[in-house]
Amino acid sequence: MSTKDDHGHAVSGDTADKKGGATILLFFILGFAASLAIGWGVFPKLLYSTKPQPFNFDHALHNREVGDCESCHFFREDGTFSGVPTLAQCTDCHADVMGETEDEAIFVNEYVAKEREVPWYVYSRQPDCVFFSHAAHVVKAKMTCESCHGDIGTSTSLKPYQENRITGYSRDIWGYSIAGFKTHTYDRMKMDDCAECHEKAVGSVDRAPAPGVVSRHFRQEVVPAIYPLDRQAATGSSVQTRRDACFVCHK
Amino acid sequence: MKLDRRSFLSFVIGGAAGTAVTPLPWKLMDDVSIWSQMWPWTPVPADGAYTYVQSTCTLCPGGCGIAVRKVDKRVVKIEGMAGHPVNDGGICPLGLSGPQMLYSPTRVAGPLKRIGKRGEGKWAKISWDEAVAEVAAKLSDLRESGHPEQLAVFNGAGRGTFSALVDRFMTVYGSPNLVRPATFEDAYEMAVYRMHGQQAMVGFDLENANFVISFGSGVIDGWGSPVRMIRAKSLWKDRKVPLVQVEPRLSNTAAKADRWLPIRPGTEAALALGLANVILSEGLFDRNFVDYYTNGFEAWRKMVLDGFTPEKVAGITGVDKDFIVVLARDFAKAGAGVAICGRGRGATPGGLDEAMAVHSLNALVGAINRKGGVWTLPGNEEVNWPEVETDETAANGMQRPRLDGAGSGTFADARSLPNRFFAAQADGKADPVKALLVMEGNPLYTQPGTETVKKALDRLDLLVSFSSLMDETAAYADLILPNHLYLERYEDVAVATGMATTVIGLAQPVVPPQCNTRHAGDVVLALASAIGGPVADAFGWDGFQACLEETLADDWDALTEKGYVVHVAQPSHWSEAFPTASGRFEFAGGYQPVPIEGDKGAFPLVLVPYDSLRLATGPAANTPFMTKTVGDEVLKGKDVFVEVNPQTAGSAGLGEGQAAVLSTPRGQARVRIHLSEGIMPGLVAMPGGLGHTAYDDYLAGKGVNVNALIGPVEDPASGLDAAWGIQAKLAKA
Ligand code: SF4
Repeated sequence: MSTKDDHGHAVSGDTADKKGGATILLFFILGFAASLAIGWGVFPKLLYSTKPQPFNFDHALHNREVGDCESCHFFREDGTFSGVPTLAQCTDCHADVMGETEDEAIFVNEYVAKEREVPWYVYSRQPDCVFFSHAAHVVKAKMTCESCHGDIGTSTSLKPYQENRITGYSRDIWGYSIAGFKTHTYDRMKMDDCAECHEKAVGSVDRAPAPGVVSRHFRQEVVPAIYPLDRQAATGSSVQTRRDACFVCHK
Repeated sequence: MKLDRRSFLSFVIGGAAGTAVTPLPWKLMDDVSIWSQMWPWTPVPADGAYTYVQSTCTLCPGGCGIAVRKVDKRVVKIEGMAGHPVNDGGICPLGLSGPQMLYSPTRVAGPLKRIGKRGEGKWAKISWDEAVAEVAAKLSDLRESGHPEQLAVFNGAGRGTFSALVDRFMTVYGSPNLVRPATFEDAYEMAVYRMHGQQAMVGFDLENANFVISFGSGVIDGWGSPVRMIRAKSLWKDRKVPLVQVEPRLSNTAAKADRWLPIRPGTEAALALGLANVILSEGLFDRNFVDYYTNGFEAWRKMVLDGFTPEKVAGITGVDKDFIVVLARDFAKAGAGVAICGRGRGATPGGLDEAMAVHSLNALVGAINRKGGVWTLPGNEEVNWPEVETDETAANGMQRPRLDGAGSGTFADARSLPNRFFAAQADGKADPVKALLVMEGNPLYTQPGTETVKKALDRLDLLVSFSSLMDETAAYADLILPNHLYLERYEDVAVATGMATTVIGLAQPVVPPQCNTRHAGDVVLALASAIGGPVADAFGWDGFQACLEETLADDWDALTEKGYVVHVAQPSHWSEAFPTASGRFEFAGGYQPVPIEGDKGAFPLVLVPYDSLRLATGPAANTPFMTKTVGDEVLKGKDVFVEVNPQTAGSAGLGEGQAAVLSTPRGQARVRIHLSEGIMPGLVAMPGGLGHTAYDDYLAGKGVNVNALIGPVEDPASGLDAAWGIQAKLAKA
């Protein structure tokens, strides 16, 4: 049985508890808010460092001059993709200064004259464990450059290169949205983005192969399209497992 | 409101909960895993357009064609050359990992002169001019003192133009002491010399054989031209050509053979004669060949029939007598059977009786100079230089006996006896040589009896190594004049070992020299010109490349473009093949086993070395990549495992993985035990290619060099090293 004192104590205890509870809640909210601010606001700023490209490059201008992407980003005779042009390719045209821009002057004086390769930062550079064949996508599957690289051909300047301080790769791989959201196919270049497109292309969303789907990435119909000559349909791309295997995309 | 413990905890919990709904932990996890999977310090081959240079691998005498892939100026991969007559696209682990040698931190960066004690590793960098002048001064001194024979050269390069250049240099300089490493081919060629009356190289038309007996040859373990042999083995499998492996240990070859006959080591010649016995007594031999083209048959036949009945041979070899009979019949009836010898890689010559017994067995079934048989081929025919004009000093020097005794007296038909050379130099009874130039060789590691080799080197005034990498001999040298590596220089490979067609390959510079090195050919020319007089006059070329181009004249364009040319050899018909006194093939030889070293009482077991393609035993040492492919039952950490039969190990009280001390009359070493039913009791098998003391952490100090535990045993018939093992004992460590 409680006494008055007890009761009074209980009352004052309740009030104190309420006050204490509010303080605790307040601190909880404070902690919560602070971490949100750090996680969403500060962290991305800390994670990436911005590096200037050696000089600006005007894709639009070059595109007008040469007419297409393939003149500079071409497939070599052995089917491998050339990627970023080498100095030798550029000097085919740029043996001397052709235009009036300061950037071209830097290029000619610092690199052409000194025979140094331009140390471009490459936005789409993937880790070395990734095996990616441009030929399979562009030649066989007839995808456009834009699907993965965006409309870079019409840009007049290079955007700042943001390097991930931990991995050393570009921010473009994870995408600019730190939450990993994207609106365009070219907003991110992670493995899940490969998978997403492959799944869409074959109409399967299930990671386990659905009937008619050879593997996570390929539906039966597309196998002959991708491997028209040397593989039978529905055998996947791996000779050993008769499925698609990790080493198709991973070195 | 005060920040008490509870509020603080609440703040932390709020923070944690908040963090969980930010990308921070997930993104960090992703980034850290990317980082840890791709350590930034892991080298990654350069990316870019590929170019290929067609060249030839000279890391072993195999003569494989290689296609070297480059990105810009960097070698990124070596592939076997598709369509090449030796290896058709195949490659061995050593050839494959050539880039690791090219960019190895153990390359000798430029000419070095020793400033500390021998082998201490203290060097001064010197210029090429100083280096050449220093060697030339010593060489001139020796010549002026009237003793040019006190210069010796150890040349491990193949039969190409470079070796011809070295021969010429030695002749005009006046020293007969030109030593080459000896292999099974030396024993075989000596057998051919005695039986055919002809100095010739031997080729084996194995692709066309339909029954093969290998007397311990490591068909897929590095014998002959290693990649060619692996291809031949696959071909036999497709064509159902049986391979019978005669060997005391279940090697890879034995495991892949159709029949494996474990034999008491060292008794192979007796088995060959036992097979001959059956073939003779059952009349299964090639009568046409024997009746019309041979001499000495009756005496030899009597010797074989009397002394080598299957029962007796079974007693000697431990091979069941019924097996002997069946094998002899199968071999003789196959029609295109051939037998080969040379244990393991064939890096030790072996007894002459063995080579002669095996060659007689081949002759008996007519397998000489015929499809699928043993062919005798002319040597390097590309070198046709004018005779040298020597002065009196040189002529006198060339008259003096060789230190190894080859070419005169007992060993008149030997050309080079490296085992005797190092032994004589070490014991110092004969006039020792004063200067030794080591080219394309590492005798301090590769010669059995390394202690003796070391003693021999200690008696030199001047030891010069031409090695591109800091190997054991280079580390012990007084001067190092580093050669370009094979990927940086021109060199012709005149003939691939054991091939029945003459394939001439060209190694060509794939990349510019990575270090301050010089082609050893150019250095020889520079030495000649510094010595002057007739020595300089003997060489009319501006440099080695000019010499090579002139020598290979007609083939040069094809060689630089394709990397090889083939000279189809037609072995002579039997009626012309044997320039002996009788004009016929001479049956000769018997069974004269050379006892191995050591006292059976004190050393009751026998140590035998074995070879594997994962371990390079020659002057080109293992690359880091190769060492990674070596299994845990062979090398674990720094410990080498020896293979022992459980029965043998059991009686020594040793079990799997246990540490033991292996001793032989030559030395002792700590090893670990690997039990194997695939080895005959009483034997201890140790892999070659380990126990380096030079090179880097990837190689130095791993395992034991079997050559330090085994010494050469001289075959009185040939002077060559006939050792196939050594008495040994095992004790708990
Ligand atoms: S077998 Fe010999 S020649 Fe052929 S790739 Fe290997 S090391 Fe080179």
